[in-house]
Amino acid sequence: MGRPESLDDSDAPSMQRVEVEQIPTNSTPMVADLRRYSRHLLMPEVGLDGQRRLGRARVLVVGAGGLGSPVLQYLAAAGVGRIGIVDDDTVDVTNLQRQVIYAQPDVGRPKAATAARRVVDLNPHVAVDAYPVRLDAGNARDLVRAYDVVVDATDTFGARYLINDACRLEGKPDIYGSIFRFDGQVSVFGPDGPCYRCLFPQPPPEGTVPTCAEGGVLGVLAGLVGTWQANEALKLILGIGTALVGRLLLIDALSGRTREVGFESDPSCALHGAHATIDAVVPMPDAPTAQPPRGIVELDAAQLDAYLAEHPESYVLDVREPHESALGPAPRGVALPASVLMAHVKELDSAREYVVACRVGVKSAWALGQLEDAGFRRLKHLRGGLLAYAVARPEFEFF
Amino acid sequence: MTVRIAAFARIGEILRSGTLELSLPGGATAGAAWQSLCASFAQLAPLRASTRLVINGALADDGTPLHDGDELALLPPFGGG
Repeated sequence: MGRPESLDDSDAPSMQRVEVEQIPTNSTPMVADLRRYSRHLLMPEVGLDGQRRLGRARVLVVGAGGLGSPVLQYLAAAGVGRIGIVDDDTVDVTNLQRQVIYAQPDVGRPKAATAARRVVDLNPHVAVDAYPVRLDAGNARDLVRAYDVVVDATDTFGARYLINDACRLEGKPDIYGSIFRFDGQVSVFGPDGPCYRCLFPQPPPEGTVPTCAEGGVLGVLAGLVGTWQANEALKLILGIGTALVGRLLLIDALSGRTREVGFESDPSCALHGAHATIDAVVPMPDAPTAQPPRGIVELDAAQLDAYLAEHPESYVLDVREPHESALGPAPRGVALPASVLMAHVKELDSAREYVVACRVGVKSAWALGQLEDAGFRRLKHLRGGLLAYAVARPEFEFF
Repeated sequence: MTVRIAAFARIGEILRSGTLELSLPGGATAGAAWQSLCASFAQLAPLRASTRLVINGALADDGTPLHDGDELALLPPFGGG
C-alpha cells in the first residue's frame, strides 16, 4: 500500500457535529525543531523529507486507553503534525496499570483532554484535537475524513466494525490492534486491501469474549501492541517498509512468540465484496447476549442476602474459576468452576435449589443452560454476578 | 491422524490449554475437528461463527481437509484495548 493521500498542510478539521477541544500549541506545518528529530534525520529512510511528511500528517487515534497510550506518545514524539483523540471516558484508577499516558492525579479527569495535554507536553509542535465523544454511526465518517490515518485503539467490537467501515468508505487506512490477557493482534486494513470484515465477518456473541475489565490484561501487552500500531502508522506516513496489510500479526507475550496469518479480500465481504450490502456506516446490530435460558428467575445482587435468609435450603452455585474467587467468598456458596462444571456435575444434587453465580453473570448464564440440559430444574440466576453483590460489602476486595 | 490444535484467548481457556493434540480419522476436515472439540468442550459451540480456522498459518474453511501433523489454529477476534 502506498502513502496515505492528502498529506497536505494540516488544516483544522471542520467538524460540524462533533464537539472538539483544540489544545493551543506552537504547531507549524514545517519541521520547527530539527534538533528534536536528529535521530530520525540521520536515517535515510526518514531524513528531512520524511520528517516533513510526519509534520504534515494527520492521525486520528480512536480510544485513549491501553493501546492509545503508547500510540499517542510515540506519534507525538515522532512529530506527527496533527493528532485527533477520540474518547468519552474518564481516567479510572484501574486504568493506570497499563494506560501509561495518565498519572495518579489524572484519576477522574476526561481522557481525551488529559491525553491531549500530555501530547502537547511531550511535543509542543503537535496540534491536538480532543474529542470527548464516543465514536458512533453519526460521527464516524466526519471524524475519519479529517485525518490521513486512523488508529483503532478501542475496546469494543462495535467500535472496531464502525472504524473499519468508516475508513473503507472514506478511503483511509485503519491500523488495528487488540489485546486479551497475554495475546495481541495487529493488522492494517488498507483502503483497497482486505478489511476487518474479511478477517472476522461476525462479532462474537455478546459476553463470550471478556473485555479487559472482565478478563484482565497484562499491562505491558497493551504497550507492545500499541507500539506496534504506532510503528505501522509511521511507516504508512513515511511510505517505508512493508505494511501489515493482509497479514494478521499475533503476539503471545507468555511464550515470547509471534506468528502471522495471511488473509485476502473476501469476495463475499459485506463491505466491499461482489454483493456488498453495506454502503453507509450504521450501528452494529447488538450481538446476541449470553442470556440464561428462558424461564429462569433472576435475582438482583441486592436481593441475594434476603433471598437466602428466606430459603435456607438454597445454595449459591459459584462457577467462578479459582483465581476469580479471590474476590471474596460467595454467601452459602458451593464452588464448582465453569471449566470443570460438566465433569463434576454428578456431585451436585439436581433436586436442590441453586442460585448460579459467577463474577459478572456471563459464565453463569452459560452454566444454567448446561445444568438445565443435565436435568436440573430448581435454578435461579444471580444477575450481574458476585461483582455486583460485592459492591456494597466491605469484606470483599472490589476490583 | 493427529493434528496439533493451537488455541487463542478465550478458546484457549475453554480448552484449558493453548495447544493440544487431537486424533481424527484420516481425511477429516477442519470443520470435523471443530465438531470433535465441541463434543468435549461444550462452551466452544457458540463461538464458531466468530472464530477463524487457520491451517498451518493460512485461513481455512470448514471443508478444508487436514493432514497428519497439521496445525489447526482456532482464532477468535480480541476485543480489548
